[in-house]
Amino acid sequence: MRKLLRSQRKHTPKATNKGLYQRAIKQSFLKLDLRHAIKNPVMFLVWIGTIITAFVTINPNLFGDVADSNQRVFNGLITLILFFTVLFANFAEAVAEGRGKAQADALRATKSDTIARKILPDESLEEVNSTSLKRGDIIKVIAGDIIPADGEVIGGMASVDESAITGESAPVLKQPGTDIASSVTGGTRILSDDLTIRVTADPGQGFIDRMINLVEGAERSKTPNEIALTVLLAVLTQVFLIVIATLPPIANYVQNPVTVAVLVALLVALIPTTIGGLLSAIGIAGMDRVAQFNVIATSGRAVEACGDINTLILDKTGTITLGNRLAEEFIPVNGHSVEEVAKIALISSLFDETPEGRSIVSLAKNLGVVLDFDTNIATGVEFSARTRMSGTDLPDGIEVRKGAVDAIKGFVRSRGGQLSTNLDENYEKVSRLGGTPLAVCQGSDIYGVIYLKDIIKPGIKERFDQMRRMGIRTIMLTGDNAITASVIAAEAGVDDFIAEATPEDKIEVIRTEQAKGKLVAMTGDGTNDAPALAQANVGVAMNSGTQAAKEAANMVDLDSDPTKLIDIVTIGKQLLITRGALTTFSIANDVAKYFAILPAIFAGVGISKLNVMGLSSSQSAILSALIYNALIIPALIPVALTGVKFRPLTADQLLQRNILIYGLGGVIAPFIAIKLIDVLISSIGLV
Amino acid sequence: MGQGFLQIILTLIIVIILTPILGNYIANIFLGKRTLFDSFFNYIEQKIYILMSIRNQESMTGWQYARNILISNLLMGILVFFILGIQPLLPFNYTQLTAPSWDLALHTTISFLTNTDQQHYIGETSLNYASQVFGLGFLMFTSAATGLTVGIAFIRGLTGKPLGNFYVDLVKSITRILLPISLIGAIILIFTGVPETWASPITINTLEGSSQIIPVAPLAHFEIIKQLGENGGGFFGANSAHPFENPTPFSNLIETVAMLSIPTALIYTYGIFAENKRQAWLIFSMVLTLFIILIGITAVGEYNGNELINNIIGVQNPNLEGKEVRFGWSQTALWAIATTATMCGAVNGMLDSLMPSGSFSTIFNLFLQIIWGGQGTGTAYLFIYLILTVFLTGLMVGRTPEFLGRKIEKQEIILASVILLIHPIAILIPSAITLAFPETLAGISNSGFHSLTQVIYEYTSAAANNGSGLEGLGDNTLWWNLSCSIVLLIGRYIPIISLLLLADNISRKQPVPQTTGTLRTDTVLFTTVTGGVILILGALTFFPVLILGPIAEGFSLGG
Repeated sequence: MRKLLRSQRKHTPKATNKGLYQRAIKQSFLKLDLRHAIKNPVMFLVWIGTIITAFVTINPNLFGDVADSNQRVFNGLITLILFFTVLFANFAEAVAEGRGKAQADALRATKSDTIARKILPDESLEEVNSTSLKRGDIIKVIAGDIIPADGEVIGGMASVDESAITGESAPVLKQPGTDIASSVTGGTRILSDDLTIRVTADPGQGFIDRMINLVEGAERSKTPNEIALTVLLAVLTQVFLIVIATLPPIANYVQNPVTVAVLVALLVALIPTTIGGLLSAIGIAGMDRVAQFNVIATSGRAVEACGDINTLILDKTGTITLGNRLAEEFIPVNGHSVEEVAKIALISSLFDETPEGRSIVSLAKNLGVVLDFDTNIATGVEFSARTRMSGTDLPDGIEVRKGAVDAIKGFVRSRGGQLSTNLDENYEKVSRLGGTPLAVCQGSDIYGVIYLKDIIKPGIKERFDQMRRMGIRTIMLTGDNAITASVIAAEAGVDDFIAEATPEDKIEVIRTEQAKGKLVAMTGDGTNDAPALAQANVGVAMNSGTQAAKEAANMVDLDSDPTKLIDIVTIGKQLLITRGALTTFSIANDVAKYFAILPAIFAGVGISKLNVMGLSSSQSAILSALIYNALIIPALIPVALTGVKFRPLTADQLLQRNILIYGLGGVIAPFIAIKLIDVLISSIGLV
Repeated sequence: MGQGFLQIILTLIIVIILTPILGNYIANIFLGKRTLFDSFFNYIEQKIYILMSIRNQESMTGWQYARNILISNLLMGILVFFILGIQPLLPFNYTQLTAPSWDLALHTTISFLTNTDQQHYIGETSLNYASQVFGLGFLMFTSAATGLTVGIAFIRGLTGKPLGNFYVDLVKSITRILLPISLIGAIILIFTGVPETWASPITINTLEGSSQIIPVAPLAHFEIIKQLGENGGGFFGANSAHPFENPTPFSNLIETVAMLSIPTALIYTYGIFAENKRQAWLIFSMVLTLFIILIGITAVGEYNGNELINNIIGVQNPNLEGKEVRFGWSQTALWAIATTATMCGAVNGMLDSLMPSGSFSTIFNLFLQIIWGGQGTGTAYLFIYLILTVFLTGLMVGRTPEFLGRKIEKQEIILASVILLIHPIAILIPSAITLAFPETLAGISNSGFHSLTQVIYEYTSAAANNGSGLEGLGDNTLWWNLSCSIVLLIGRYIPIISLLLLADNISRKQPVPQTTGTLRTDTVLFTTVTGGVILILGALTFFPVLILGPIAEGFSLGG
């Protein structure tokens, strides 16, 4: 079900990967620039090592080593392999960046410098370049224009094509004053009429700009966890640097001198080059995955925080249930028949264009109800928040109403009618089924109750089960009464619910959860959600929402699909898992590399029994370990880019699984691979 | 052979039985719960606080705690350096000893101050009773107590409690743990034949007609704190191999258990602080497994003896060179591993005479520092590895790593890294310098792989604050005294500072509640993984020198 939903979702203009690899190869060389290289301490050291081995290739006696006959060839081979190790790491980063860039280019195509009509304080129009627009400027756009900047509609009404951002082809109606429909995004196109817009973003700060910067990695700052890991990798590198730097006098003492090239080779084999080479690629690819989901994150930190979420706060409508409730059943009271109720319900909904109203009409027609009068003579009574009911007035003064049970009770009382005894009973019955009860009446006579059923999104229960296994608590917020809410909550499998919730409740829930040390994620769209979005550790605003909500959030979902919060959590976890798995693998590899290289280096002290892999010669052993060390980087690029597959398991199960694959696998795999490379290179007579 | 291993197993069983009892007692003391003879100890401690004018008993921050350790240690160091300097003027100078050279006095002071007790002198011919008892004996209590306070402060921080007050912890460590146990232990040792007297050395006429001076000493009380506090500095040059220091197999048992008791118990103490005894036992088992493996390697090596010699004499003999026959191969092997594991450093046989497998195991202990580890600090190091394991593998469950509900972030990693980095720096750099100039600096008695081991062992022992040595080394030289002094200081105080800052950091973090999505650290799997991380991060660093030292020596014997 999840797959289906995803494939249905339309994505932003597709990025083309044409020429990606050629560009990445070019980039790999450009990144050799020492000023760039120094940002990654592990790979920087490899690069310095390469330069040193290049010197001893030219002059093997440079540091006073006693040269063998083929020392120059051997040193040359080491240099070559080390050079490729650096290139491979650069390539990994370049591919990740390249994929982001391709996506950014596609986005950038939607954004071209346009002429904007700025309304000056004296109400006159001035044509200015869209890039010169500032926050607070008022502009006018007319049909056919590309909206030049993010903004809020303050006048006019128009339909806008937002497909460039959301991929949704149906135009959206924009008008001022409403919560949802008053915000517009730069780069979208106005199709009809005209709008007056107040610009809400400075140049280069708009949505598309933020998205471009993000996927391009231009503004990529390392996340806290990435920084901590870089520190640890740098320390491990320093430890091995000390080991290698102190080795010559120790080895000389037992009459087993080691050449400089071999020392560099040992150093490179021991320092965590695999994770060092892939670390930034993992981070960039993680952000890229979020962007591919059509979500804008304001920072990598926010994506990482998703992995740590303990509590998800979800609105019922649109997230847990389909947005629309459908009429399921007519329940008669006061001795009326089902057909009578159906007929009255149908009449009451004649002018009700809401999905609920349509569903009542179609259910009644399915029951065979036929109206015996001309509907043109009737007039509709619109729903208002004050009366909490709607209906139809017939010409002969008959008033047909439907609405919340309390409201209808009041209406009937005001018309001098009697309240039925079994009304409350049926009201409760519907509530207990998790439905919304609506009462219908004609004049002072209550006919019955319409059972509006909430449709729980298919597959949502399974998602919540997964969340629970991952240790994430879900809390549902709804305006429904407590009975209805509890039924829906049980049916959808959420852990907790808050009925008759107000926006203030939302922020209250977040605060209580955070006080317990939990990290909370929520979605929201309305302006009154903004404080809660800001309070939550991860706040995802819907793109259809208000500007205030979007500014308060640290992510914006361009598809306005609240269910996506669950996917975002998964992406955050996947990012962390990938980083951890490759780090573990990289460090576990050291065991085998030691067993390959040390017996080779110290062949002179009679420790041939430690050559457990039976490698053919000292030189072959060193080269095999280095070749493995270089090749493992490109071999793992796909894992770094697509991420380790995330399974919704408990932490213990995940650890067990990943330790087996990346920990134990990381110890064993290089033993096999190094042996194979040794057989290969000694059979072709390389050394 | 069976009887030898039975002795080892019985000793370990006693240690395991003592662990929860002592661990519980230590936890109760530092959690402020009721303990034995509370009112008596409270009365004494109040008097001490007044005497020391410790009015303010508030909990300290990590930096305050560390600063007070540094200041108090500096003062104690100056005092003892002064005592050694005026040795000829002190009472009980029966053998008319002069003051040791300044560099030897400096090294000796620093060595005892850092709970290391590396000895570049021979006790009976260099230091008189007063220097030993009032100078070194004093430091044996305070340095052990300092280590213990660091361990306790670290555990407190890790479990989210305030670190405590250094002076209160120091006083309680001495009054309630070190002194009472020493008192009981010393009395038992006296019954086994250990002398405790201020009388002058006995001069006897030997059968050959020459006269010999036999030093006796106020020994029993010195001996027990030497073991219990992981000090290890013997009154006599031969240390616990000397028949006065360790006369019988029973005294040997007491001394072995004494040196293992506190480091083993502290893991259990952690379990009480963290309210997770299961985790404590898991970690205990992991360390015990490593410990038993090393004992096994050593004991089997000693039992099999030197093949080259056995071939010549045609008998399968254990390696008894450098051993006391009253302890035999098994008790010596057990002691050798226990003394290097716990950073005690006392010996009941010459470590220099162990087979290469024994050299490997003893130096391996010193490299890791966590197979029980030193008084207080060893337990803290153990948890540093747990934190590093959480950081490395914790990501694999898809959350930013947390230990006991507290996130492990950049600051913690930097401080933990100091521990990881300082040991190789303190060992490998001076070793490399010394080995680069073997003629002028090293004073090496052997040749080849074993002498390489001797040099590296000396610095490793200093850096790990162990104090044992491979005695073939002529180490009372200016170079050895000064270079070892620096290594001792680096190996002691830099880790202590970072441990305390780390604990302080962690204690201030908002704890995150545990869910099924949290990485549980009290599982067999995680504990096993920690073992793997310890071996990879802790031991791989020293793999090259292990190969060039004991491993190459082992292969050269045809092993």
